[in-house]
Amino acid sequence: MNESTTKPKPNYITAGNTAKSWLLTVDHKRIGLMYLLGMTFFFLIGATAAALFRFELATHNANVFANDTYNRLFTMHGILMVFFFLIPAVPGVLGNFLVPLMIGAKDVAFPRLNLASWYIYMLGGTFTLGAIVLGGIDTGWTFYTPYSSVYADSQVILAGTGVFITGFSSILTGLNFIVTIHKMRAPGMTWMRLPLFIWAQYATSIINVLGTPVIAITLLLVVFERALGFGIFDPQKGGDPVLYQHLFWFYSHPAVYIMILPGFGVVSEVLACFSRKRIYGYEFVAFSSLAIAAIGFFVWGHHMFTSSQSPYAGLIFSILTYLVGIPTAIKIFNWTATLYKGSILLSAPMIYALGFIGLFLVGGLTGLFLATMAINVHLHDTYFVVAHFHYVMVGGMMMAWLSGLHFWWPKMFGKMYNEFWARVGAVIIFFGFNFTFFPQFIAGYMGMPRRYHVYDIEYQPFQMLSTVGAYFMGVGLIICFVTLVSSIFKGKPAGKNPFKATGVEWNQADSPPDQHNFTSPVKVDVEAYDYTDERIYQDT
Amino acid sequence: MSHAVTDTEHKPYQQHHFENMEQQTQSTLLGIWLFMAQEILFFGGLFAAYTIYRILYPAAWAAGASTQNVFLGMVNTIVLIGSSVSIVMAVHSARHDDRKAILKWFAVTLLLGSVFFGIKAIEYGTKWDHQLVPGLNWNNEHALHTIQEHAPKNVEILELPKGIQIYYSLYFVMTGMHALHMVIGFGLAFWIMAKTARGRFNAEYYPHIEYFGLYWHFVDIVWIFLFPLLYLV
Amino acid sequence: MNLLAVKTRPVVASDYAEEVDALYNYLLGVSVFFTVAICSVIVFFAIRYRRQSDADRPEATKDGKLLEILGSVIPFILVMIMFFWGAKLYFDAYMPPKDAMEILVTGKQWMWKMQHPNGKREINDLHVPVGVPIKLTMTSEDVIHSFYLPDFRKKMDVVPGKYTQMWFHPREEGVYHLFCAEYCGSEHALMVGRLHVVSPAKYEEFLSSGGMGAMAEAAASDDPVVAGKAVWEANCVICHSGPGGIGPNIHKAFGSMRELETGESILMDDDYVRNSILNPNDDIAKGYPAAMTSFKGQLNSTQISQVIAYLKSVSEADQ
Ligand code: HEA
Ligand code: HEA
Ligand code: HEC
Ligand code: CUA
Ligand SMILES: [Cu+2]
Repeated sequence: MNESTTKPKPNYITAGNTAKSWLLTVDHKRIGLMYLLGMTFFFLIGATAAALFRFELATHNANVFANDTYNRLFTMHGILMVFFFLIPAVPGVLGNFLVPLMIGAKDVAFPRLNLASWYIYMLGGTFTLGAIVLGGIDTGWTFYTPYSSVYADSQVILAGTGVFITGFSSILTGLNFIVTIHKMRAPGMTWMRLPLFIWAQYATSIINVLGTPVIAITLLLVVFERALGFGIFDPQKGGDPVLYQHLFWFYSHPAVYIMILPGFGVVSEVLACFSRKRIYGYEFVAFSSLAIAAIGFFVWGHHMFTSSQSPYAGLIFSILTYLVGIPTAIKIFNWTATLYKGSILLSAPMIYALGFIGLFLVGGLTGLFLATMAINVHLHDTYFVVAHFHYVMVGGMMMAWLSGLHFWWPKMFGKMYNEFWARVGAVIIFFGFNFTFFPQFIAGYMGMPRRYHVYDIEYQPFQMLSTVGAYFMGVGLIICFVTLVSSIFKGKPAGKNPFKATGVEWNQADSPPDQHNFTSPVKVDVEAYDYTDERIYQDT
Repeated sequence: MSHAVTDTEHKPYQQHHFENMEQQTQSTLLGIWLFMAQEILFFGGLFAAYTIYRILYPAAWAAGASTQNVFLGMVNTIVLIGSSVSIVMAVHSARHDDRKAILKWFAVTLLLGSVFFGIKAIEYGTKWDHQLVPGLNWNNEHALHTIQEHAPKNVEILELPKGIQIYYSLYFVMTGMHALHMVIGFGLAFWIMAKTARGRFNAEYYPHIEYFGLYWHFVDIVWIFLFPLLYLV
Repeated sequence: MNLLAVKTRPVVASDYAEEVDALYNYLLGVSVFFTVAICSVIVFFAIRYRRQSDADRPEATKDGKLLEILGSVIPFILVMIMFFWGAKLYFDAYMPPKDAMEILVTGKQWMWKMQHPNGKREINDLHVPVGVPIKLTMTSEDVIHSFYLPDFRKKMDVVPGKYTQMWFHPREEGVYHLFCAEYCGSEHALMVGRLHVVSPAKYEEFLSSGGMGAMAEAAASDDPVVAGKAVWEANCVICHSGPGGIGPNIHKAFGSMRELETGESILMDDDYVRNSILNPNDDIAKGYPAAMTSFKGQLNSTQISQVIAYLKSVSEADQ
């Protein structure tokens, strides 16, 4: 690395330092960083809420928060984590940063729309923060009617509007990515040469474009019902509250795949790089994302087995839910097979990625319990569900997100973080996570309902463990956070391709990349993940 | 900046991140179609609610539809179809680089749109007077009275059909969302007219006009669904 | 606490619960198998093929179709077993038997109101005879609730504007959990009750006993004073029942000044009573031990307001 001695090349970060050059930027890389800031902010609030209410949950009686406060805390936690952290995390930050870089384009297809998406996202966030500041919201992230539309005594309108608005940022980002991936690929970047991260973004974007408008209109109806007294979900006016649930889950089930598919993409990249191998069964992994996206649209009723929907509808939802498990199983098997005879390096991103496989596996398998009708009747709305979705969302997606963040951090900032501390953080998070959420499966099967802050004493041992685990995990998160942030100031220069990875973004762009991404025209002449290609091992 | 540009013809209206005009046009077109798909699902949620409640409360739907002014609805349908035609003319003029005609046809479209709004306002006004707006001024007695008045001669209605408020809620949400799309259309139209007047479009490059046409047709089509569903059932 | 003594499975209160547990064990088996298998393979590979090792690595491993086929067919078979088994159990348990005894249940923020076939009512407690299938016909007065009997592995939402059904077949006498499982607002977590499975004889006795019924009826009353009286009699009289009680006689003292241990005095108003119920040790009445325990989590805010309304109504002090 003789580069560090010469004068640094100009890059997208140094290309302008005024506030205006950031706030009005149309550079997808800068927009990605702006998402990183916004999203981290919302995550910290959501995580703080969790840290607070976990404190309350440690014992069976109410000794820290009154019920209304508790209800506001978990609602805020759910809304911020889902709509403002997990859904935009990988697409908003890594997707924005990487999609054009990976396919060798100069930018996304609609750069100004991309900037608009960020502003829409922040505007939605502002509304939601407003709701929190003006008294909070206590409906749960699911906004079930008629509680949300008639009975709740909290800021449903503001929060609902916030989520409604943010929805459009997902739609526009999705639209942008689909067009970009279709039309902006560099010469030689055929569909079958696309990195799996791109395939995952593509499948996610389809769900974003087709699913999000439905929740938008649904929440708008709730807002109308509350603000104006329309009666579409109000039984007193003849409305059907169960219809609300159908419309809500029609989006929110596919949304769980919006949350996980980008993570699948990240993990594919990281596993390939740190075992120096092509992902086993590339085509299967690519198309299983599309299959999951497609089938995922027809399983929403598995959230409603006890809601009084028709039991025959339940049958169909149940069987289709299992079918989503099959393409997912294929992915897991292929990732595992990729490791076979690889050259494995347990770097921080790799620890997160392997952690992802194990934790997502547990989360996915417990999803099968919930998809089983007779068992769902018992487990619905218990801590078993809470444990299930934290295993897939936190154990799965958040690990994948951290994996990707570590992996591409040198590309984004041009600096290496301290590998030792990054690994320590990853290991603590992994164990802390299990410590936090595994006991909840047991409490759940024993029947402890969710959204309870006072509960029968027989569940206390599990909740106590869970609280201790949560703080343990919090320590891991803080280590990870400090390690990454301090690297920006103290890290060693990373060089173009510190991990010797394949891909256009590593081999044909600098770290950090030039303002216009590439300084010479991009041409792709190899398959994805060709780790036998000599060129990636040359230093330039 | 040593930023390499492929040396194909670089038109002034080509944005720098596209390699060539064809890529730019195709991208925008795909974007517009995805946007339409998104819109269909947005209204799709409403149509789903509509279908379910219509099956659940057929009597309310019949009673509600009978209070609609079919004549005004019909006029509005024709007006909107007219505006679709005029926007086609605008696109046609763009193709022939006739700036004046573009502006003229846009004006006609907006005029027809305004007629639509006028009529819609009359209809909303009547509903307000009859106290048929759920939540804001709904009045059971008055509503029953209005429905009885409008019922066909051979049908006697003794009490308010169940779900009648849902019918009106959906009526206002659906037509309201449609109207909102028209308002947005108005905004876009003014913006395009300003650009046209400043000579930003020519026979070779008029995508905004073309896409506006698509959008406007979409809004019309939504109305063409709404009219029979809300007025004629 | 002895960790080994911690219970990790719910009580099995019916044959159906046993069948659900069997299915659960099958799922657990499949899951443990895949988790252990995949995780050990990963750990093994991570060690065997770590970069420093000199394991032999052929140039490029080829993709085979075998893994994809096995990887879809085996899980497919396993999940189809889950599906059919789960659906069969669900449908078997869906329709209540003809001879089931019907009890009406109404959910209301935040209590369960039950009515027995002979018209007798209860709140939050439900008494049923052992060995008889019980069918619940349920509706809600306000928002969605969910009637959950974990020990029977049964749950059904209680939806305003419609009637839903659920049934269970208790096989052993005992007291079981009853939870509200659907989030329904402030006191969702306090909307819990108890299911008492009693012998048929006891059940008959219960049905014919007036007291419990009248009290429950009063508690369900819309008149806060009537309801408050029932709360007072059920919870407070024991200690506050006049001379000789553990606590001071405050039955008719609302609105008067009370003396505290600290020597200060305080007006017995709404806030003071509410606080005495929730945090009794904040202000200790003069001459009495700090023996009152908090009712936090036992009485909901409606009930507290009702008790206050009742105390107001019987007060002799001028307010
Ligand atoms: C990232 C988010 C995410 C993901 C990916 C998933 C994935 C799945 N989920 Fe989950 N789910 C949620 C987030 C997610 N879920 C949330 C947030 C809720 C609660 C919402 C609320 O009420 O607040 C929820 C609730 C929920 C319910 C409703 C519970 C209830 O409230 O009653 C159900 C029921 O079917 C379910 C099922 C599944 C299934 C079958 C999958 C499958 O996709 C999993 C597939 C994966 C595997 C199967 C593992 C890999 C397989 C193998 C290695 C092979 C071996 C496998 C076989 C034998 C098949 N989920
Ligand atoms: C991405 C999604 C996501 C993430 C990351 C998390 C993270 C966590 N969640 Fe989350 N959770 C949800 C999504 C998520 N959750 C959803 C959707 C619900 C349902 C809500 C509803 O019912 O409506 C829910 C509900 C939920 C419940 C159930 C509440 C109830 O039903 O009563 C619980 C209980 O333990 C819980 C715990 C936790 C914990 C301990 C973490 C931990 O992983 C968090 C770890 C973090 C920390 C321990 C804090 C670390 C400290 C900092 C980062 C610094 C803080 C800074 C300062 C103090 C200055 N969550
Ligand atoms: C276990 C017995 C017990 C029960 C049951 C009980 N109390 Fe008390 N209460 C006491 C004792 C002892 C005191 C005096 C010490 C104190 O002030 O905490 C007291 C004090 C009070 C006071 C303050 C009186 C004063 O003179 O200042 C109020 C008000 C009160 N209780 C209301 C209630 C109500 C209402 C209930 C029922 C919901 C109730 N209590 C149930 C034991 C009880
Ligand atoms: Cu009733 Cu929760
Ligand atoms: Cu789901």
